[in-house]
Amino acid sequence: MAQLNVNIDKLKLANPVLTASGTFGYGFEFDDFIDVNDLGGIVVKATTEEHREGNKYPRMAETPHGMLNAVGLQNKGIKYFRDEIYPKLRKYSTNVIANVSGSTVESYVAVAREMNQLDHIPAIELNISCPNVKEGGMAFGTSCASAQEVTKAVREVYDKTLIVKLSPNVTNIADIALAVEESGADAVSLINTLLSMAIDIRTQRPVLSTITGGLSGPAVKPVALRMVWQVAQAVKIPVIGMGGITNAEDAIEFLLAGATAIEVGTANFIDPQVTVKIINGINEYLEHTGCQSVNEIIGALKTK
Amino acid sequence: MHTKKQILDLQVIKHTSLNDHHAVLTCTSEKKLPTLLAGQFAEISAGDTAGTFLRRPFSIHDYNKDENTVSFLIQIKGNGSAIIGSLQPGEYMNVILPLGNSFSMPAQGEKVLLTGGGCGVAPLLLLAKSVIAAGASCDILIGARDEDNLMETEELSELGTLFTTTEDGSEGIQGFVTDHPVMQELKENYSKVYSCGPDPMMKAVATIAEASGVDCEVSLENTMACGIGACLCCVTETTEGHKCVCTDGPVFNSKELKWHN
Repeated sequence: MAQLNVNIDKLKLANPVLTASGTFGYGFEFDDFIDVNDLGGIVVKATTEEHREGNKYPRMAETPHGMLNAVGLQNKGIKYFRDEIYPKLRKYSTNVIANVSGSTVESYVAVAREMNQLDHIPAIELNISCPNVKEGGMAFGTSCASAQEVTKAVREVYDKTLIVKLSPNVTNIADIALAVEESGADAVSLINTLLSMAIDIRTQRPVLSTITGGLSGPAVKPVALRMVWQVAQAVKIPVIGMGGITNAEDAIEFLLAGATAIEVGTANFIDPQVTVKIINGINEYLEHTGCQSVNEIIGALKTK
Repeated sequence: MHTKKQILDLQVIKHTSLNDHHAVLTCTSEKKLPTLLAGQFAEISAGDTAGTFLRRPFSIHDYNKDENTVSFLIQIKGNGSAIIGSLQPGEYMNVILPLGNSFSMPAQGEKVLLTGGGCGVAPLLLLAKSVIAAGASCDILIGARDEDNLMETEELSELGTLFTTTEDGSEGIQGFVTDHPVMQELKENYSKVYSCGPDPMMKAVATIAEASGVDCEVSLENTMACGIGACLCCVTETTEGHKCVCTDGPVFNSKELKWHN
């Protein structure tokens, strides 16, 4: 068995495999299929300050090797999370990371401040990249100034590991990554979904109730990989890579490109055991290539 | 009661074509199947092609514990269902089951009405068997576009009195299921109405049931990704806000639903 453990700031992961927010519920949904504690950690469904009903149905469209979603951050708000969900999450010994979203800087801060009090949540992932909400969300992640503003404000109230999740819907993602690094982020994760749409030609209407949505799945992997590589070149803080990872080979590509850890998203919908298979596959690759530790392949891409 | 969800490779042992776009696949498993309840469903993989990335949800059509078999009524609508619906005996499909809640069972001695529209008959076969196993009885009312799309009539007629409607009048009463005379005397004859079919049909059945003071349970079919309550894509609007059809349903009491639009 090769050494699979990696560190993201103060966060110690037993292996580099995490789950992407919004694709893994709160972990409980997968208890029938895997031991969630086998994972490096889980990033649970986004939490906002207030209860959100999310967008109207239809919220999903299947596209070639991918899917569009327009869930719109449906969740019951931070108080419900703290009082009802968090106590149940304490059963997990692995890292439970909260995804924090908002519509104003103040609402991000309010959620982050509450999360800071929760002992069993060692890190938050600041979601400045959700394409499916009318206010906030991606708007914060598409300019350096607003990304800096929200990251700085949250940094002031959050003491533990602060990961900022970046939007791919920008001209230069490395600039945004540098901006949040300067503002106190301990790590960046990318990519969130790509703004996209699908049309039903029989009805001549958009498939999604919101017209546009976020594309995920294997279709986005080459774009995600390129962005992870660009960001890893630009910043000194750890990069968490995601976007269409479906098997160990995909995960290893992201590690080679410079990701210290990866998140598995849409693939959980097709195979609820895929995360464990990816961990095993990374280990096999390391043993096969004679590596003692996964750290030997992180950023090891040969370009010359 | 929570039955552990399983990922299984099922082997098709029988393929029964019902018409040019519907088939019943009877499958078995090397492992013992978990207990399957009427109203529950499975997420079936059609393999990974450009057009069949996600699993497809299908109702449990029939389940035989002793023979360790489960069957699905497949409506061929697109690429995914075409692949699944064309599987032949000896071939395998990967499924996750059991998923979702189930129909509530009537008390012993009660009589209930099962209504189905088109391929909405899918969950009614196991439902009728379960109702009888619970010591209750049922009548069954199914409707379709035409005679060719009235499915599983022989099997269903063995489980209760079968009434039929067709839109073109080629079989049974002409019109929708709601045009059938049995819908006019619900309170007199039935303690509960169950419905599965297109949304407008279920809504129409539910409206009559509610007006008659008879409880109505409907089985919804929304577009799903995960089927296990993780993605929140398949929601329906209820009196308590958005609920997942895959985990809070697919069976809902009609009074909970706001129906789309």
